[in-house]
Amino acid sequence: MIQLANLSLKKSGKNLIDDVSLKFNHGKMHLILGPNGAGKSTLVKLMSGELKPNIGQVLIDGQELEKTSFKDQAKYRAVLSQNIELSFPLRVSEVVMMGRFPHYESSPKPLDLEICEESMKLFRVDEMRNRNYLTLSGGEKQRVQFARVFAQIWTPLPGRSRLLLLDELLTFLDIYYQYDLMQKIRDFMVKNEDLTVIGVVHDMNIAAKFADTILLLKDAKVFAFGETKNTLNASTIYQVFQVKVEQYFEVK
Amino acid sequence: MNQSNSKVIGLALLVILILISLFSVKFGAVSISIQEIGNAFTHLIQGTEITDLNERIFMQIRLPRVIMGIFVGAALAVGGVLMQALFRNPIVEPGLIGTSSGAAFGAAFYFVLGATFKLNLGEWTLPIAACLGGIVSTMLVFYLSQSKNGGKSSVVSLLLTGIAINALFLSGVGFLSYIARDPQARSITFWNLGTLSGAYWEGLLIVAIVTTFSILLSLRYAKQLNALMLGEQEAQLLGISIFQLKIKILLINVVMVAVATAFVGVIGFVGLIVPHLLRMINGSDNRFLIWSGALLGAIVLTASDLTARLILSPAELPIGIVTSLIGVPVFIILLRRTNYFF
Repeated sequence: MIQLANLSLKKSGKNLIDDVSLKFNHGKMHLILGPNGAGKSTLVKLMSGELKPNIGQVLIDGQELEKTSFKDQAKYRAVLSQNIELSFPLRVSEVVMMGRFPHYESSPKPLDLEICEESMKLFRVDEMRNRNYLTLSGGEKQRVQFARVFAQIWTPLPGRSRLLLLDELLTFLDIYYQYDLMQKIRDFMVKNEDLTVIGVVHDMNIAAKFADTILLLKDAKVFAFGETKNTLNASTIYQVFQVKVEQYFEVK
Repeated sequence: MNQSNSKVIGLALLVILILISLFSVKFGAVSISIQEIGNAFTHLIQGTEITDLNERIFMQIRLPRVIMGIFVGAALAVGGVLMQALFRNPIVEPGLIGTSSGAAFGAAFYFVLGATFKLNLGEWTLPIAACLGGIVSTMLVFYLSQSKNGGKSSVVSLLLTGIAINALFLSGVGFLSYIARDPQARSITFWNLGTLSGAYWEGLLIVAIVTTFSILLSLRYAKQLNALMLGEQEAQLLGISIFQLKIKILLINVVMVAVATAFVGVIGFVGLIVPHLLRMINGSDNRFLIWSGALLGAIVLTASDLTARLILSPAELPIGIVTSLIGVPVFIILLRRTNYFF
């Protein structure tokens, strides 16, 4: 569970995040939507500790994020960022193993190898395990990053809930993999009830189909937050994006 | 990180290093027989004085020189691995953050103005001057690259500041060469091309201890350096404190490279190519690159030194010329032949 309390971030006079207070419960998938520059990625970076707020707090399981060390955070929280480029050639399996770095000291234990194996299988990158990551296509790279991020939070931790932050998670993926991955994340959540998933997406249809709650951001502020059926409709989409849409199916 | 592959490679490198070291102690301006080597060690063990000329050459000149080459080669190559990993940049070498140009300036200062300023600590004067120069220039790079807000230095600003400070210290060396008298200018030139000819046991001991300690220490940070391949932000999300890692790695590199450079002069190219050769063979895992870099660096430098001694025998070439003259074609051929993809 992650709670944001009066969170604000200002940079050179401009509000990037303006007084956001809300609570993301575990066992749910929360998807963030909003126009370019609304503050979606900034909000994710505040929750991952990459950015520090000017005002307010991020509380994870009731503990202040700023008082937790990077090392401890990495054990229960994984982040999928945009545009990851490797500086040197590495095999796919080596990239996935990086997800286990917070969990072992100098060399991987059998459990770490096993988890990487399962995670690679889940995202169907096990057959390219020995390929150079730098030679993969954008969509393949994205799936390898999914495998790495999931390997990081694969198993539950005593006394802590796990957190998965996914920024622009569907970039580079074709429509098959977009639905496939969203379904896999949902299935993984069902089996791991302590997990909170927060993602940034652009596709309304995907958001409507997979989200438990929707956060609509506009001009660095919360425009709407709550169950999908209460937040995502033709009227709110018009107010946030200035685009007229028609609704063809019921949102659950 | 193919474990069985890296074991085979490690063993092969070790065998090559032993062979090349044996060649290197045996051949040179004076050829030394196995018999004489044996006698020299017998004298050492019995504590008796060596009287034979060849045995003395072996014990006091050849052996320290070869062992010095092994440690300096290891230091330069591992320095290259560390800097390339830290800067996430394949064109980086250990001198990039100002260490070798600062050391060169320190040495040039000693050669040209040492007598004027009455700098005299005997045979230790040159190494101390060079080491101080290297450390001062590196500290300067690190200090100047800190941004005003937050006090964190980004890798790019370190890189740029390093290039600028290198240029500054090299122009200082140029100025000192300009005002130098002929023999002093020659000393500067020779020192800038590197040579193992001045190796002696006391200096060797210092280089050996510092290098061994630094390499063992840097192995502890291999996993963190691997994570850095994803980028600084990603490494931090994997639980690594980037600022601390940066300072530790820079310190290890500065001390290791400044001390080695202080005793043998500036030797280029080893730190750049050795990490790449190993990545071509067995990938980019820094755990592998650090220890195998130490072995391959030692091999490359020992082989270069042997070549430098034999090619114009009994005269000898500065080793920096040989490392570049042989290293560059080998590097380019491998680069074109292998599937080394960025």
